[in-house]
Amino acid sequence: MEKLVTISNESGLHARPAAIFVKTASQFNSQISIEARGSSVNAKSIMNILSLGLKKGDEVKIVVNGVDEKEAMEALVELVESKFNEA
Amino acid sequence: MVQGTGASPGIALGKVLVIKNEEIAIEKKQIDSIEEEKNRFVEAIEKSKLELIEIRDKAMKEFGKDKSAIFDAHLLVLEDPELMSSTINRIESEKLNVEYAFKQIIDQFVSVFEAMDNEYMKERASDIRDVSDRVLRKLLGIKVVDLSVLDEEVILVSKDLTPSETATMDKEKVLGFLTDIGGRTSHTAIMARSLEIPAVVGIKDMSVSLEDGDFVVFNGETGEVLINPDKEEVNRYKGLKEAYENEKKELEALRGQKSVTKDGREVELAGNIGTPKDVKGLENNDAEGVGLYRTEFIYMDRDSLPTEEEQFMAYKEVLESINPRPAIIRTLDIGGDKELSYLKFDEEMNPFLGYRAIRLCLDRQEIFKTQLRALLRASMYGNLKIMFPMISSLEELLEAKKVLNEVKEDLHREGVDFSPNIEVGMMIEVPSAAIISDILAKHVDFFSIGTNDLIQYTTAVDRMNEKIHHLYNPFNPAVLRLIKMVIDNGHKEGIWVGMCGEMAGDKRMIPILLGLELDEFSMSPISILPARKLIKSLSYEEMKKFANKVMNMDSAEEIEAYIEKTFI
Repeated sequence: MEKLVTISNESGLHARPAAIFVKTASQFNSQISIEARGSSVNAKSIMNILSLGLKKGDEVKIVVNGVDEKEAMEALVELVESKFNEA
Repeated sequence: MVQGTGASPGIALGKVLVIKNEEIAIEKKQIDSIEEEKNRFVEAIEKSKLELIEIRDKAMKEFGKDKSAIFDAHLLVLEDPELMSSTINRIESEKLNVEYAFKQIIDQFVSVFEAMDNEYMKERASDIRDVSDRVLRKLLGIKVVDLSVLDEEVILVSKDLTPSETATMDKEKVLGFLTDIGGRTSHTAIMARSLEIPAVVGIKDMSVSLEDGDFVVFNGETGEVLINPDKEEVNRYKGLKEAYENEKKELEALRGQKSVTKDGREVELAGNIGTPKDVKGLENNDAEGVGLYRTEFIYMDRDSLPTEEEQFMAYKEVLESINPRPAIIRTLDIGGDKELSYLKFDEEMNPFLGYRAIRLCLDRQEIFKTQLRALLRASMYGNLKIMFPMISSLEELLEAKKVLNEVKEDLHREGVDFSPNIEVGMMIEVPSAAIISDILAKHVDFFSIGTNDLIQYTTAVDRMNEKIHHLYNPFNPAVLRLIKMVIDNGHKEGIWVGMCGEMAGDKRMIPILLGLELDEFSMSPISILPARKLIKSLSYEEMKKFANKVMNMDSAEEIEAYIEKTFI
């Protein structure tokens, strides 16, 4: 299962948003990766996510496969679209 | 005597505790049992996690959420599946000892973060080092000095203090910090100021030359450090410490009081800030408002222009925190001397005389309008005053006001609210503006004299040029005459006149400025209470006579001598 989303929160996938994203992804046992800027990284690794340095306006593809892929995808897309409830 | 960088004011006397984090030496070794190596790794990670959870909870209790969040980030690094699996793969495939394998993976990540061109990511690199050192010390069995349990009052000495050390130490027992490296904005310095613990940083190999139990005295403001001083010097420092503490108590008593002279003339003492975080310093020092918010910082350390939303958030935060007291926010003052990767300036011979500040904004109106929109929207959250920098002619001022009105009309059409009564003023920092201040005063609600640049432009002296620094003198009669002219012209048109250059907080200058009838003094927050103490000791009528005499003197030398004589 794949879905394209755009990072729309102000600080991008840095600091707090990155930590929330990784924590959320790690709750699911599906295999989850993020494709951006031509590379694909494990979405459960804070180091990899931070090293992508994703900013507001960047488009990324979330790739999920595994037994709970539907719930995982929903949770992650909802997080991104709700701008990690930054004000 | 040793000289370092004074990082946090105060006098400290006491015995030294040197934190010698043994250099972590890693050798590459072939191993025989992969299983054993993997178990050692897992155990070290678990122990480090437990330690970090304990530190985080202690930091949360003492410093609150934002200071403890750093340890959540450290924990996340230890739970990172990539870090774990790549280390274990390396142990298995190359039969390497875990320390070497782990270090190699860490170095790869650190280099990725250090290569990124933004400050925030570079800081993450030092976080990862802090975490990996903790794990490596567990693996190598290096004992770490536990600062949370100190049996006597000590001065901490080390190469540099890490977030985990400053968060866990027993504050009541720590008399001061001394570090080999770092500057005024290093982690140790910032923590020391927020904990109000005296500190001197950047004293080359201090932690090497001192032993536990050495006695040291130092001054956190001047950066002077004496090692094992004799009796007489110890007593001198004891006296300094007492005087410092009395002064502090006296200033505390002035908190919440008005800044008024003996004969009832009240003035406003405000603070200069650069980021919303500085607002805490305003409250700590009882500022009566923000006299200058330099907005350049929002534009720096990033690779694109800040959005209207980002700026709105920053201005809203400042206005709310100081409300109902005023906040004067100066529009963008950026030019050749501050490179921005996303705003290319052509090479200029003299950036200070170049395409910058209001000139840039009037030429690139989309940048100016974005900032003005954010400011107007933020005005709903407090007492905003907008100030234009570097105005040198009436035409520029009228053009800037025209753009502001256009933005007001846009917002009005879009149904976006903004406060109806926002004072609009300008900096007087260009001599031409000072000389025609009688004309300009008709078109603004206030002046704020930016003496840092006014002195540079009036005396043609680059403030940063050491060789001619003696010519950069605020007591030069030419500068004082321009200041008097601006105040008088402003008052003639019924507007108030403030000052936001360094001079406003200089205790030798305050009596003259009071006598010249300046209405508002904006300075770095730490100078506010001392300035209030001085003003409360002065008589306005006497200062007017005093200023009059000063204005009739011919040289800075004569003026400085007269001040020395009158106030010592």
